[in-house]
Amino acid sequence: MAPKLPPTHPLEHSVTTVAGSQAPAHHAPPRGILRWLLTTNHKEIGSLYLIFSLIMFFIGGIFALVIRAELFQPGLQLVNPEFFNQMTTMHGLIMVFAAVMPAFTGLANWMIPLQIGAPDMALPRLNNFSFWLLPVAFTLLLSTLFMPGGGPNFGWTFYAPLSTTYAPPSTTFFILALHIAGISSILGAINIIATILNMRAPGMRMMDMPLFVWTWLITAFLLIAVMPVLAGVITMMLMDINFGTSFFSAAGGGDPVLFQHLFWFFGHPEVYIMILPAFGIVSVIIPTFARKPLFGYPSMVYATASIALLSFMVWAHHMFVVGLPLAAELFFMYSTMLIAVPTGVKIFNWITTLFRGSISFESPMLFSLAFVVLFTIGGFSGLMLAISPADFQYHDTYFVVAHFHYVLVPGAVFAIMAAAYYWLPKWTGHYPNERLAQWHFWLSVIGVNLTFFPMHFAGLAGMPRRIPDYALQFADFNMLSSIGAFLFGFSQLLFVLVVVLCVRGGKKAPAQAWEGAWDLEWTVPSPAPLHTFETPPDFKRPTL
Amino acid sequence: MRSLWRWIVSSNVFLSTTPVHANGWNMPRGVTDVSGEIYGLHMTIFWICVVIGAVVFGAMFYSLFRYRHSKGAKAANFHEHTTVEIFWTTIPLLILVGIAVPATATLTKMYDTSEADLDVMIIGQQWRWRYEYLGEEVAFTSNMSTPRAQISGEEGFGEHYLQEVDEPLVLPINRKIRFLMTSDDVIHSWWVPELAVKQDTIPGFINENWVNINEPGVYRGQCAELCGIDHGFMPIVVHAMEEAEFDEWMLERKEAMEQEALGVDREWEMQELMARGETVFESICASCHQSEGQGAPPAFPALAGNERLIEDLEWHAQTVIDGVSGTAMPSFRNTLNPVELASVVTYTRNAWGNDTGDSVQPGDIAKRIAE
Amino acid sequence: MNNEQQQISEQRVGIRRTVGRSIAALVGMFAFAFALVPLYDVFCRITGLNGKVDTTAQAFVHENVDESRYVTVQFITRGSAGLPWKMDVETQQVRVHPGQPTEVDFTFSNQSDQSNWGRAVPSVSPSEASPHLRKMSCFCFAEQKLQAGEKLTIPLVFQLTHELPAEISTITLVYTLYPVKNKVSQLSSQQTQHAGGTI
Repeated sequence: MAPKLPPTHPLEHSVTTVAGSQAPAHHAPPRGILRWLLTTNHKEIGSLYLIFSLIMFFIGGIFALVIRAELFQPGLQLVNPEFFNQMTTMHGLIMVFAAVMPAFTGLANWMIPLQIGAPDMALPRLNNFSFWLLPVAFTLLLSTLFMPGGGPNFGWTFYAPLSTTYAPPSTTFFILALHIAGISSILGAINIIATILNMRAPGMRMMDMPLFVWTWLITAFLLIAVMPVLAGVITMMLMDINFGTSFFSAAGGGDPVLFQHLFWFFGHPEVYIMILPAFGIVSVIIPTFARKPLFGYPSMVYATASIALLSFMVWAHHMFVVGLPLAAELFFMYSTMLIAVPTGVKIFNWITTLFRGSISFESPMLFSLAFVVLFTIGGFSGLMLAISPADFQYHDTYFVVAHFHYVLVPGAVFAIMAAAYYWLPKWTGHYPNERLAQWHFWLSVIGVNLTFFPMHFAGLAGMPRRIPDYALQFADFNMLSSIGAFLFGFSQLLFVLVVVLCVRGGKKAPAQAWEGAWDLEWTVPSPAPLHTFETPPDFKRPTL
Repeated sequence: MRSLWRWIVSSNVFLSTTPVHANGWNMPRGVTDVSGEIYGLHMTIFWICVVIGAVVFGAMFYSLFRYRHSKGAKAANFHEHTTVEIFWTTIPLLILVGIAVPATATLTKMYDTSEADLDVMIIGQQWRWRYEYLGEEVAFTSNMSTPRAQISGEEGFGEHYLQEVDEPLVLPINRKIRFLMTSDDVIHSWWVPELAVKQDTIPGFINENWVNINEPGVYRGQCAELCGIDHGFMPIVVHAMEEAEFDEWMLERKEAMEQEALGVDREWEMQELMARGETVFESICASCHQSEGQGAPPAFPALAGNERLIEDLEWHAQTVIDGVSGTAMPSFRNTLNPVELASVVTYTRNAWGNDTGDSVQPGDIAKRIAE
Repeated sequence: MNNEQQQISEQRVGIRRTVGRSIAALVGMFAFAFALVPLYDVFCRITGLNGKVDTTAQAFVHENVDESRYVTVQFITRGSAGLPWKMDVETQQVRVHPGQPTEVDFTFSNQSDQSNWGRAVPSVSPSEASPHLRKMSCFCFAEQKLQAGEKLTIPLVFQLTHELPAEISTITLVYTLYPVKNKVSQLSSQQTQHAGGTI
């Protein structure tokens, strides 16, 4: 299917300074590696973030395939349990902190200034620094795999005392890596907040911002609120390991359960940090391809904000079986169930946006529609997990693994793919090859469901997570999952192919690359020149 | 693609799996009142989700089909409708309240703290379970009995591959059993799906849970919280019996423990100690120190050719009895009896070319443990 | 042009203000994470969460003994790796009325030929009961030194309050012995003080 190209009508908002060369204030950028090391341009930094995250997505993916290959059949064939544990841990850490989060930060860097009509991020040099912390952090983290005693092997949730008293010697480096990655996220978040609050085009009110900007603003607040808590927790771990304190050790008067409370006080908002920007992306793409304004814009904003607020009150639903008192179980069950309300509002709004639209199915739209369906399925299993008595059976099984992969892979990752296909014309000036993109989409959808749907059954039938080998009744489910995982993993090479082809050439895209798209970024030429909106655009509220 | 398929079909991987039994797809209904209620809740919420899903996805696919751009659909321009928005905020709330009521009732039932007929202490250890019947002087550890050769593929899989133990937890039916749970090292989680009991065991802290089993049978589960290398090899088997049968078992088990205790009073032959020691080593020590005593340094030191061990009998015995604080080496003072301790010390001093010729008598160990 | 410059300088002030506030929030949240440690402890002691026990000796409260009600109190003692001690309790369980003061003797014996330090860490189940277990004298959490072969008997005197929830009929008190390494003992005790006094 060829992309539906818009008629080449004159742009609604004119762009003033276009090319970098026309602005005398800008020196010629350094060439080669130095250019990328020193760049303070939001578009170049955005690209760096996206490329970094794609590389990490593949590294984390290889770890996942090691896991799935080992689990293809019962018995231990490929790796020993120790290495298996390192793989599950690293897969989680890399996907969360090095693939999904930087991808969203990269999209924010590229698109937020363009969507609010700002010339760059508020703090461009800080922006450069926060990106370059990431390769340092994750090179360090990956290098722990080669240290004596191996890398972290205690799961991405690193529960004490397995991660303190009983941890491998490399744990100190793991903590350092996480600190650096945390600082990077925090700096990125400050930059985004400062940009959104202060640099909007004249006339653009908060309630005029595209939802991607709104959801990122809320995400950035979450980051500022909880990344320091993570820093605090890992600092306590560091002290327990190296300085003889006992925050988390019963032997010295501490409490291992305290670790879990602190971790999940960070961890639950962290989960939303990985999904709110995805909500924003989908809320921008669906109206574009339904050629109809987003239904219930204000309620979308309020729903996002209430999800963010609720995320601070539900953390102990990750701890239903640690022995909480009845009152606590009830409180966290009710508060968790409540999250279904604003999330439901969002889904209803998306579907109502489709209703009586004029819908076309280009690849960004396909990924967004799959997001809505599959994220909702993840939401259903989330609701089931919220029911504390039933969670005594679900907890720490493959049912949970299925749940969070449904919200993170066809959730967050599909949204990132949708965003990439949606904005590639703006980034490169070319449309992505739609035929390949559709292949990528269908293989991914089939792969994802084949991988993660059987996991629900394996979990309900009694298979705990994070085990390198399993009893025979789980064999069929695991074999299906493994086949699906390899299908999904290898289909992602198609994505790389599409991106590379798109950078090198392809059908030329006009400024407004999609017929129904009318946010500010579509008023600058495609590809977006290095410097845009040096003179603020005149924001005109669309008349609805 | 085709050759992959042929390979999958032709390889015996499908054949090697036992047929999925009746409830192999779903949560088991279980054999207690509570597990039945949980199953009921699970199915209720599942069907609610199915109905909501059908409505929501129905509306979505209808719109996708009906309003295709390619069929010349013209987009409307509406973008808000307060009544509808209030409606779909309140309806989910009402559904949630409907789910919360039975869930609260079940949860309250699970937190019943009334007096129990039998108290069993469950202790998680890397990587085995220890069961202590409080007030009955009966205690034992329960280790996975699946041979390592099956895991490595040298032998075919047994019927209960990875879900079988050397000594199951034996419980009576129709009596209220209280579980007190704790751990000696890291956090584990004791889970038997058919009993709907999953509870973390936390070092230094005590958790409790209870069960009242309705049907005799053998129920299998395993550790649910990542606890290190052998997390996947920490199965649980519960053998639930009729009350009379249980009482008989308890008497026999007590006698067996007394018999074992008698072993302290006599002199043991070297071969006897070595034979007994090998069994203990295989079930308790081999998961870390490996079958050939080669260990897995740096976490788990080698025993074969370990100089300190060979030279210092005193240190060796003390380490086995008291463990090493802050490492994976637990204290076996309370978990192994003097016969087992003496034989495993003797075995490790003489196996794999350690050949010290030392033998340690259970009586000596018993003296060391008793004051 | 002037207007534009003014706008830009206003923007700079705005950005500076946002960054300042964000950093304040960051520092605040980092401190909050550490503040949660003692807060959690206080919270646990008030609610009995996690079966934590208040270990400072409390005064005996003269209340009428509620003879209509019996509660079973179980005692369990446990050792741990690295401490060659034995801890015994004179009786495994007692049946008491709420309000009735009860004394139970615990014996610690060092079975090694060296002196060493240890401490007994208490935990109560069900956790809802722990605020209602009033201890007049106990050894909970105090670091103790035992000479080689030494034996020490310490009494625990406790009383259950009348407010003990009616549905609780059995209370289990577990002591786990942990070694105290001399070198780190000071640091850890400091840390415990930070963590809101004894537990």
